[in-house]
Order: sequence, then structure tokens, then C-alpha cells
Amino acid sequence: MSELLVFALLGVAVTVYALTAGADFGGGVWDLLASGPRREAQRELIAEAIAPIWEVNHIWMIFVVVVLFTVFPIAFAVVLTALHIPLLLVLVGIVLRGSAFVFRAYGLQPDEARARWGRVFAWASTITPVFLGMTFAALSSGHIHVNLETEEITSGFFAGWLGGLALATGLFALVLFALLAAVYLAREAEQRAQPELSADFRKRALICEALAFVLALLVLWRAYVESPTLFSGLLEVPWSIPAQLATAAAAGAAIFALVRGHVAAARVAVMIQVALIVLGWGLAMDGHLLLPNLHVADAGAEPAVLAALPAVLLGGTVVFAPALWWLFRVFRKLD
Amino acid sequence: MSDLLAARSQMAMSLAFHILFAVAGMAMPLLMVLAEWRHRRTGDPAALELAKRWAKGTAILFAVGAVSGTVLSFELGLLWPEFMRHAGPLVGMPFSLEGFAFFLEAIFLGLYLYGWDRLSAPVHLACGVGVAVCGLTSAVFVTSVNAWMNEPAGFDIDPATGELVNIRPWEAMFNDAFFGQALHMSIAAYVAVSVAVLGIHAWVLRRDGDSPLHRTAFRLALIVLMISAPAQILSGDHSAKHLAEAQPTKLAAAEALFETQTHAPLAIGGIVDEQSGELRGAVELPSMLSWIAFGDADAEVEGLDAVPRELWPPINVVHLSFDLMVGCGFAILALAGLGGLLWLDHRVRGRAPPWARKSYLHLAILATPLGLIALEAGWFVTEVGRQPWIIRGFMKTSEAVSPMPHLAVPFLSFTLLYLFLGVAVVILLKNHVFATRTKPVVEREGEVSP
Repeated sequence: MSELLVFALLGVAVTVYALTAGADFGGGVWDLLASGPRREAQRELIAEAIAPIWEVNHIWMIFVVVVLFTVFPIAFAVVLTALHIPLLLVLVGIVLRGSAFVFRAYGLQPDEARARWGRVFAWASTITPVFLGMTFAALSSGHIHVNLETEEITSGFFAGWLGGLALATGLFALVLFALLAAVYLAREAEQRAQPELSADFRKRALICEALAFVLALLVLWRAYVESPTLFSGLLEVPWSIPAQLATAAAAGAAIFALVRGHVAAARVAVMIQVALIVLGWGLAMDGHLLLPNLHVADAGAEPAVLAALPAVLLGGTVVFAPALWWLFRVFRKLD
Repeated sequence: MSDLLAARSQMAMSLAFHILFAVAGMAMPLLMVLAEWRHRRTGDPAALELAKRWAKGTAILFAVGAVSGTVLSFELGLLWPEFMRHAGPLVGMPFSLEGFAFFLEAIFLGLYLYGWDRLSAPVHLACGVGVAVCGLTSAVFVTSVNAWMNEPAGFDIDPATGELVNIRPWEAMFNDAFFGQALHMSIAAYVAVSVAVLGIHAWVLRRDGDSPLHRTAFRLALIVLMISAPAQILSGDHSAKHLAEAQPTKLAAAEALFETQTHAPLAIGGIVDEQSGELRGAVELPSMLSWIAFGDADAEVEGLDAVPRELWPPINVVHLSFDLMVGCGFAILALAGLGGLLWLDHRVRGRAPPWARKSYLHLAILATPLGLIALEAGWFVTEVGRQPWIIRGFMKTSEAVSPMPHLAVPFLSFTLLYLFLGVAVVILLKNHVFATRTKPVVEREGEVSP
């Protein structure tokens, strides 16, 4: 297995994480923003929708971490050192989100206590994606400098994740996660024959599409100002314009389907849209785990590990993929 | 607080916290499946209620275990980047396999918890078995990583640069310490959880002796304990013999044995003066250590004098942790044995069963934390006993630490966070245990609230 293939694999895992776990975070956002006459019904739908699957979805993150340190140990050591602070913030969010969610669900406790855990769940779900987006933006910022000879970081512990690009990317991630959640929830409500609830989330999805458009432009502008390498990757190489156009087309299709009330189609379009955004970013990174100079070829991959990895992945996937499909099937996430 | 100490404290605290939830995630599914199976076999409604209640407890414990495990996977790099830089490819195989096992465990748990009405009875039960099996498997894989740190294998050292080269991931995974450590760790999970569950239900039975739910819970926990407790003593014996050969410094520290000697005594308790190299106030059983370590009283046991003083682990911590672990282990064995005898007495002569004897219930209540204490103490032995090394013989812990300053800040933050979660979990589990069976859940929420 070549290094670039592992890079692609990481890209796939990040995409799946965004489409599944990202939407679980988005669910928390809509719990926080639940409003109108069906406020409690919205919260109930969110809780029921994510309860059986959020832990599985979350494990994609662990998968990314494990593949990263197994195959690219230099990149792992560098990234986790340079981004120590935002990653700690992400972790606090992950711990509070997950714990509060089960505490609310299983507590046998009075309503006030449940509501308190609900607020912790909702706030943690809302803040964590922002930090996650900031962390990913830092990888592309070009501001984290590594001396490849000594593997030393010369840019300190605040580089890359505090600028405008990072903040814009954080908010962009938050809005995309909320968008995914909104279309998934609109579909779940439709399946349960609750058209009004479905309409609530359809409306929210449309608002998210508008916000996503604004934030996408904001991210591009900040990339132009802060990270020329990222900007040229996003727009100025041969395949980038088609990729961006495809994303725009998917977004357009999603908006059209949402307006026309074709929720199932909108769900697919939004998933494609978000996957293309992650793909576009991955292509802009062009085999780098850290811009400008940490390429996968310099990330410490061991030949024996690259050789052993396909067997492990294949063996694991043969068991795991059907089980995952079954889980989503039983809880009607694929209908 | 130095950054190295802060990093070590944060890692120790995170592991100590996570391990409690990790073992619950391994052993609770077994109990939950046994309860459901009992219901299927006998139609006992209390067993079904118990399976559901244990499943909810499992859900809480598993979730906290999952998120604290995520924190650990990051902390490897956040705190020990130099270690991961070199060890990553070597410990990656078991971690990847653990990842898949964990994926499956979460899938089966989702199906089990939310599939009561969606799956047929045998399929549902099979999902529970899946949770238990995958929980065990992931523990076995993850223990392989720690075993590798104790007995590194699967690489060569480049004499020029000192780098680990010629990486052989499978050899690293199946290192010499793997089997014994995985066995001891896995059984520890069943012992620690079953003795805790036994004690908790004994507490309720003491006042509400007729509750069929708590009786069933007590019986199932006792069955698991009667099997796992003796097995753990045997596995511990195997580990001691292995340590004597492969990690003699750790065994010497655990026994505070300063001088290499034949007829080495087994030292119980006491305080070590590391300056003078003396153990004071210990009870010493002559020749017992030689016998335990090698099955031969004449055998020579390597003492701490075999390695330079700067490579000694902190002796007092390791020695007292070891005694604590072994002491708790034998106390639990006695509890399990007595429970078995009383149960036999009940079956044969019709005397009161252990769950109807106040005195036995009191003993079980007193024993509640012993398994978890032994678990933590055992981790102290293996982790502190390896110091000053992070990869024994190849990399010191001090060489692996992050250059990040002010590491005391994340240490304190995570300590407070985990303390808060720990308290919350205890309160929630208490609600589950003390919920009375006769009323539906909805009605009793108000009355059991703290």
C-alpha cells in the first residue's frame, strides 16, 4: 500500500466521520436551537435518531488517529504537539457531549436534571465542531513550521489555529454539520409521518445552505489572504475548478430538492455536497499532512507497516462493513 | 510540578479513570447476557428486568469508557510525541485491530440497547454476546500495546543513530509479555466487576431480601466470581513466574528484594528505605519468593542490585501496590470460595443460601471495591514498575515527553472533568440500582431522585 493510498484512506475516513459523527454534532446544535411549537418534539426526534449510532460514528475519529500514528508517526508527533491546545479543547467537548447525552438518556432522574444534561450535550455539540474545524484549518494554514531534519516545530503552540481562516473554517464545519443533521432529521420525521416536524428541519436546512454559501466564500477569502498554498490548491490547479463546480451543483440540487419537499433526494445531495467539500480540501492538501512542507512521503511510513496494512484493513472491513450496514438498516437510517 | 511529572500524572489519571469504565464495558455485557439468557430459559420476569437494567448501566459506563478512551488515544501524542514517533508503527497493528473490535462492539451495543423490539429474541441475545466478545477482544489487543512497552520486540536498533529500524509489526504485537498480561487483564475485568456487582446487590438484599431481581443479580455475579477469582490467582502465578524470567527488576521492586539471592523470602508489607536499601517492618516468608518465581526454593531470584540505582523504579509504590493487589485478590478468592461453599450447603442440606445470610451479605458489601482496587494497584505495578523506562531498555519516559509547557494545566483540567463525570456516573448508577422493581420507570423517576 503506498503512502498516497493511505492518505486517500484517511480522506475517506474523515469524510465518513463528517457525514455520520458530524451530523450527530449537528443534532446537538438543533437541540440547542430547538424552538417553536414543536420544540420538545424536535429534541425527542434528535435524541432518538442519534442514540443507537452515535458511538459507532464517533469511532471513525479513533480510526483516523490510529492510522495516522501507525503509518505516519512523524506527522502524528508533530501535529499533536503543535495543535496540543485546540485538540484538548476538542477532547473536552467530545467527553462532555458523549457523557451528557447518555446521562440524559439513562439517568432515571427528574426533568430538571435531564434538562441540565441536555444543555451540556447541546452546547458541547455546538462548540466542538468549531474547534475541530480550527484544528483542520491549522493543517492547511501553512503557519506551522517544522524542521524536517530535526522534526522540531519552530512555530510554537499557537500557530495556525487562531487566525481568521481557522475561525471561518470552524464556523463552516459547524454549519455543514448542522446542515447534514437538518436533512437527516427532516427525512426521519418524514418516515415517522410527522410532516410538520419534517418541515421544521427542512427550513433549517435551507438556512444552513445559505450560511454555508457565505462561509465558503469567507473561507476562500481568508485562504487567499493567509494561506496562498491552500488557496492555489483550492482554485488554481486543473482539477480544482471542476471539483468546486461539482460542489456548487450538489448544493444547488440540495436547495432545489429542499424547496420542492423532496427530502430523501435532498439528503443525498447534501451528503454529496459535504463529501465533495472534504474531497476538495484533501485534493488541495495534495498529499501533505501539514502545509507547506510535511508530505506523506516524509511522514515516517515504515515499509513493513504499509505491507501489513491491507491485510488488517481487509480483514477488519469484511466483518465490520456488513455489521455497520445491518445496524443502519435495523434503525432505518438507509431508507 | 515539572512538565514531566504533570504529563505522567495526567496519563496515570486518565488510564486509572478509563480502566474502570473499560472493564465495566467488558464484564457488564457478560452479566447482562447471562441475565437475558436466564430469562429465555426460565421465563423469569425478574431476569428480564435485570438484563434491561444492567444494559442501561452498561450503556452509561460504555459511553464514558468510549470518550475517555478517545482522550487516551490523543494523549499518546499530546503527552508522549517522542514515544509515538518511534513506537507508532510497532504498536499500530494491535491498535488498528482494537479499533475494529471497538467498532463492532459499538454496533452490537447499539443493536442490543435499542433493538429489544426490532430484533428476534435469539438475534437480540446474540448481539449481546457480540458486545461481550468484542469487548474482550479489544481489551486483549490494547493490552498487547502495554505488553510491548514492557517487553519490546519486532525491531532492530540502528547502531549509528539509535533509531528503531527494520520494523516487524506482527512480531511486536505477539511480544513475549502479550499472552500473560492479556490473560491477567481480561480475567481481572470479570473479577473486579463481578465482585463490585455482588456487593452492590448485597447492599440492597440486606434490606430487601426477597427481591427476585436482586437475588438473580447476586447469583449471576457470584457464578462469574466463582469462576474468575480462582482463575485470576492461577494467571497471577503465571505472571509472577514470567516476570522472574523476563522483567526481574519489576519483580524485585514488587517484592522489595534488594539482593540477588537463593531462598529469597516473600516480603509482605513494610516500608522501604531506598537510601540504605532496607525493607523495614515487613513479614518475611522464607524461601517463598524463590518457590513462587521458579517453583524451587533453591532458585536464585534476581534483586535490585542487578541494575544500577538510576534504573530502579520507585520501590515503595511498586511494592505496596503489589501487596495491595495480591491481598485484594486473595480476599476476593476467600469471598468467592465461601460463597460457593454456602451455596453448596444450600443445595445439599437445604441451609440458607448465601444471598439469604446477613453475614455473607455484609462480607460481600465490604468486598465491593476490592476488585477495582486490585485492578488499579496491578496497573501501578506494571506501569510504575517499568520506570524509568517507557519502552523498557530502549527509551526513558523523560525522553518521550512533549515539549509543551504548562502541562499542569491540562492535568488539572482533566482531573476536574473526570472527577465531575465520576460523581455523575455514581449518582446515575445509584438511581438504577435502587429503583424498585414493582413500578414502571416513569412513575418512579420522582421518588428516586437525589
